[in-house]
Amino acid sequence: MKIKVIVTPKNGVLDPQGKAIQQTLYSMNFIDVSEVRQGKYFEIETNLKDEKDAKKNVEDMCKKLLANLVIEDYKIL
Amino acid sequence: MKSSVIIFPGSNCDRDMDVALKKFGFKNKMVWHNDNVIPKSDLVVLPGGFSYGDYLRCGSIAAKSNIINSVIEFANKGGLVIGICNGFQILIETGLVTGALLRNKYLKFICKNIFVKANKTQNKYFNKIKKDILELHIAHNDGNYFCSKDDLKSMQDNDQIAVRYCDSNGEISEKSNPNGSIQNIAGVFNKKKNILGMMPHPERVIDNCLSSNDGSHFFKNLLTNMK
Repeated sequence: MKIKVIVTPKNGVLDPQGKAIQQTLYSMNFIDVSEVRQGKYFEIETNLKDEKDAKKNVEDMCKKLLANLVIEDYKIL
Repeated sequence: MKSSVIIFPGSNCDRDMDVALKKFGFKNKMVWHNDNVIPKSDLVVLPGGFSYGDYLRCGSIAAKSNIINSVIEFANKGGLVIGICNGFQILIETGLVTGALLRNKYLKFICKNIFVKANKTQNKYFNKIKKDILELHIAHNDGNYFCSKDDLKSMQDNDQIAVRYCDSNGEISEKSNPNGSIQNIAGVFNKKKNILGMMPHPERVIDNCLSSNDGSHFFKNLLTNMK
């Protein structure tokens, strides 16, 4: 089973990369873009059969390794 | 005094640190990250570099190394632990010091000498150091210190801000902030002040033939305070 996770910078945390992307998009004439936040996307293959168990396990991974909860939020899809 | 420098895959300031510690009189041992036990030490140093290629987040993979459990145990017993640059990032990822280190505000790798003001009260690292302003070296991509407002207040209340970027006159301002760190923070202590994490490299400036010799004050002072 594949579990997908998205990690993004928390609201209020400076994201210089997102800002640089937004500025570049603006200079490319995408003038409607007011903000870009850059995050990470993980696909985790697990041998667990039960989706609930697998997601619970992935949540543990997020807290312990995949995200730094001081600056990032995670979302299990 | 005995010290141990931990080597991770991708550490690149481990030997500079070894040279610096020995120069000022420490008996230093190099310790591999895969070991389980730290040799008997008075000081443990997590050196700078790019452990595990900065994958995931700087320091996050190294923070799960075999040796880290004994570093945490050593620190929790009150042992002195320094993390420099990537070592600071590793300390943050272990949770031994508070906060996070974000990408530099202007997205540039910064490699230059900077000036810092150190907190000299009740800590073995800077207490009694004679110079007020130290010229040290920084070389990092992710040194933009961040923490929540509550954490910042609690650290200020506990006097845990260890080092702040300033100019050559000691003025702490946005102009003297190289990377966007909140409050110009270049380094912090844990609550007990036995753990120091900081971005600047004292081990790179330990001789008059180098661009600065102010790292010497740091090591000499630390050794004196430890005796």
